[in-house]
Order: sequence, then structure tokens, then C-alpha cells
Amino acid sequence: MDWGSILNNTLAGLLTPTILAFALATLGLAMHFGFAGLLNFGIAGFMAVGAYGYAISVLTFGLPWWAGMIMGVAASVVFALIMGIPTLRLRGDYLAIVTIAAAEILRLLFLTTAFEPVTGSADGLFGYNNSGGFADANPFPPGDYGWGPWTYNEQTLWMLVFGLTVLAVATLLLWALMRSPWGRVVKGIREDEDAVRALGKNVFAYKMQALIIGGIFGALGGIVLATSTNVSPGVYVTSLTFFLWTALLLGGAATIFGPVLGSIIFWVLQAFLTNILPALAESGILPVSGIQAATLRYVLVGIGLMLIVIYRPQGIFGDKREMTFVK
Amino acid sequence: MSSNSESQKSTGLHIGVAAPGVKKVDPILVIDSVKKSFGGLTAVDVEHLEIPRGAITALIGPNGAGKTTLFNLLTGFDNPDTGAWSFEGKQLAGISSFKVAKMGQVRTFQLTKALSLLTVLENMKLGAKNQTGEKLLNSLFPFLWRKQDNELEVKAMELLRRFKLDAKKDDFAASLSGGQRKLLEMARALMTDPVLVMLDEPMAGVNPALTQSLLEHVLNLKKEGMTVLFVEHDMHMVRHIADWVIVMAEGKVVAEGAPDTVMKEQAVIDAYLGAHQDTDLGVVTGRIKVISEEGK
Repeated sequence: MDWGSILNNTLAGLLTPTILAFALATLGLAMHFGFAGLLNFGIAGFMAVGAYGYAISVLTFGLPWWAGMIMGVAASVVFALIMGIPTLRLRGDYLAIVTIAAAEILRLLFLTTAFEPVTGSADGLFGYNNSGGFADANPFPPGDYGWGPWTYNEQTLWMLVFGLTVLAVATLLLWALMRSPWGRVVKGIREDEDAVRALGKNVFAYKMQALIIGGIFGALGGIVLATSTNVSPGVYVTSLTFFLWTALLLGGAATIFGPVLGSIIFWVLQAFLTNILPALAESGILPVSGIQAATLRYVLVGIGLMLIVIYRPQGIFGDKREMTFVK
Repeated sequence: MSSNSESQKSTGLHIGVAAPGVKKVDPILVIDSVKKSFGGLTAVDVEHLEIPRGAITALIGPNGAGKTTLFNLLTGFDNPDTGAWSFEGKQLAGISSFKVAKMGQVRTFQLTKALSLLTVLENMKLGAKNQTGEKLLNSLFPFLWRKQDNELEVKAMELLRRFKLDAKKDDFAASLSGGQRKLLEMARALMTDPVLVMLDEPMAGVNPALTQSLLEHVLNLKKEGMTVLFVEHDMHMVRHIADWVIVMAEGKVVAEGAPDTVMKEQAVIDAYLGAHQDTDLGVVTGRIKVISEEGK
């Protein structure tokens, strides 16, 4: 086994545009579930809205890249409103059902050939970063940057700097919101919305605001992902939602840095497993084929999620006294 | 009439004979033909009811009499089939619960609703109204709300000291005992500077040692100029602190009066202590009506 390359690939996985994108979406989930108690199982849908909103604005409507990104965020606000108005008055579990359905409807709409000229159907969208787009706005001169496994060309560096900036701003924003009286009301709603209502707070408005803010974080995640890869409907599937949930619960649902660090740990672990499982299979230690070994990591993810929820429901960074699942 | 030896009792609250729906000198809450049915069951059917201002009014009656449902209707947590009611002259029918609370009519719940994973102090601060920092955009700029928040903390600590919860201020509300949660819920309601405090069974599940201090807290509310309306099964508490008693059965108000007159009647005691729970409630309620009218 080539331990050198396995280690190198794993370490390189520590900082990629993809991880930054997933961390942003997990942060959105933390706003929804960790702080506001909204069971959103459609976070992949919010990511898709952001990514497609950005790509379609640039490709179909010819907007500059930054305006396209703003459109992506605006689209996620509309998506949150459409989903929230009928469902936020209902109990939490109904929101879970509606969000999972809404995200699937959205993905199938992007996938269908009916809108192929706009959405690209199964091929997805590409080329929106080129020629006068995001890639041209790169302030870094061509060359290699960084060190060891973290060596990047100017393009990747630009994606990383952009992604890190967005993530830092989003994290700061979430922190500022949750330490404020606004955050107190939102956390109160998570605990018991009738009690908060009885104290004269407009619970519906707060839940809607929380849904929109978390949705914007999700959309920004989709946009950051779209800067580094094509926009493809195969990415925004329900399993992505569950990966984000695993990352969230791993880090700690009701924490600020938990979602970010949980995402990093989760996807670095994924990178490690992706590299080591086929290598183990090849060297005959695992009695399965290389392809089977690659899918084995999803089995391990599932087991991991179960173990976290059962034995450490507050996550790695959560308050020991605070157990989101124990009520 | 309704003169009471206890000095703190408010008297002379009503005009005319104390019968169901009697006019009050200064009503804070006026209810007119409020009706609510669940399927075939009429849970609440109140023709006319006035709650006197600045007094402690007890709402009593056997289980299923519609007391909590009436509470829910009055606070906007449930919608009646028909009816209208006004709080300080403002119509409340169709107004959502949070707006009702904003007007100064604050309630607590029969099953205590402490916000478990918030600290005791956060629970308290959440109660305060008109917080600048609770608006989304303002919340990002601490200089806009920091001062108000600090003032609220002082006020919250003062209340917590009164309710002997100050030592627990940094604990999660989940770690409090049942009785302490009742205290916290009442203290939290006071953070809203209410005009009318509606307590749904404040004594349920509270141990006798704590009962005494809870009673004093309720009496203090009146001293501070608030109006109290509470649902209670504890006969002693009602007799001890209530200035006015409203008896409900089968969704209707069947008797009203000062505690010493209404509660002396064996029929009333039977009605809500449950001596006649196995017999037809109609018989019981009929007797209450007759006797309370005779007593005048």
C-alpha cells in the first residue's frame, strides 16, 4: 500500500472548495435545526437553488458573476418563503416532510429535459465561470502557491480565498446573531414555541427569518461549490442532505464552530476512507473488490451517524448538558 | 356584603347581586357569549363575564369544566366558534396570541413551559418586551441593545432574588425542579410588565413548603397593581388569596361571588372537590345556582 499518497490525498482534503461549500451548508443547517429547531431535510435543495440561480443568471441572462451570485441568494430567499409560509405554522416534523419533498421536486425539475436549454438537464451547467466570469476576476497572478499537499494553482487559490471569505463572514454573522437577543428568542422557540408566543413574540416571523438566513447559508454553499465544479443535478441529492446532517451532529448542532469543524472532520474522513478502503481491498486485507470497498465508506458513515446520535448527541463541541435529542 | 376579615382582600368589586355575569365596578376583561365546542362537546359557553381590575380572581370548577379552554380562548391560543371579548376596552377576538401578550395580558401554562436548554437568566431576559436587539438587523450591532440588555439583567436578577432562583441563574432551566420551574415561569411572565396575569394552576405539583411562597408571590402581584386571574383546584389557596371567585361547570359560569360567600356553600365545595363526580353534573350545577341566589 502506498501510505505516502494516501496520507497526501487525505491532508489535501483538509482544504478544498468542496469542504468550504459543505461547511457553509452545514452552518445553514445549524441555524435551522441547532438554533431554531427547524427540522430541515432539504438543505441540498437550498444549495441547488443557490448554484443553479448563479449559473442560470450568468448563462441565460448574461449577468456578471457577482450579480449571478446575488441572484442565487435571492432565489434561496424566495424558496424559503414558498416553503415556509404554508409549513412553519405546523409542527416540526411536518416541516421535515415538506422540505425533503421540496428539495426532491426541485432536483427533478432541474433534471427533467423539459427545461434543458436553461438547466442543462442531466448534463448540468458549466462554463459560467469562464470568459469575463468568476475565473477572470482572479486577483492572483499565475503560479503555484502553498506547500506540500496544499499546493494550489492560482485558480484553486482564488476559489479557496473566495470560499474561505464567505465562510468566515457567514460564521461571524451566525455568531453575532446567536449571542444577541434575537438569538435568544430563536433558541427559545426551539425549546417551546408556545411559551415564547405567550411572552408576546411573533414566533412565525422569527422562524421565517431563521429559515431564510439558514437557507442563504445553504445557497452560498451551493454557489461556492459551483465556483469549483460544474452545476450538476446529481450532486444535490438527498444523500447530500444526510451527509450534511452527519457533519452537523458530529460537530455539535447548537454550536458556531461545530458545523465548520464537523464538516472538515467528516469530509477529511471521507477522503481518507476513499483512499484507504480500495487500497486495503487491493492488498487483500479486505475481502471485497475495489469498487465495493469504495461504497463501503457510506456504510461506515451510516454507522458513524448512529453512534454519534446515541452516544454523543451534543456533538464534539456541544455543551455536555445540552443534548438536542434528549427532551 | 362580601366583607372579609383579611385586610388585603379587595371588596366592593361588583354592582348589584352577585350572580353569574354580574356587572363589575371596574372590569378589565369583559367576555360576551364566547362559545367553543370540540366535536359534539361544548367545552365553553359563557354568556357574560367580567373580571374585576386590580383584584385576584379565582376560576374554579370540576375537571372538564372548561377553565383551561377559556384561558386558551382569552389569550388567543385557541379560537372560539362565536363570541367577543375585550381587554381594557380593546376587542381581542381574532387577535393572535403574541399580540394579546404584548398588550399586557400574560399567561402561564398548566404544564409548565420552562425553556429547558436556555439558562434561567436567559429565560428571564426573553420575557421582556420591546427589546431593540430582538429585531433581526439591530441584533448585529451590540451597541444598539447592550445597554438595554444590561438593564434587563438587573431587573431579571431582582425578580430572581425575589423568587429565590438567583443562585441558579446560570443553570439550564431543565435542571430545575418542577416547583422551581413554576416559579421561573411566573417570574418570566413578570418580566413582560403585565397588566393582567393569568395563571393556569400555579400550585399543581408544587410541594407545600413552596406553596406558601408562591401564594405570597401571587398576593404581591396585586400589591404591585396587577390583576390576577387564576385557575386552581387547591381550595385553601382560593379561600386564602382570591378576592372574587368564579365557578364553572360544563363550560358555563354557574356561580360568582366573594370567596367567603360562594365557598361556604356545600354544593360549590362538592362541585370542584369532586364529591359528585360520579353523579350527574347537571344536578350539582343546578344546586349551586339555587343556593348562591338564595345566599344573597
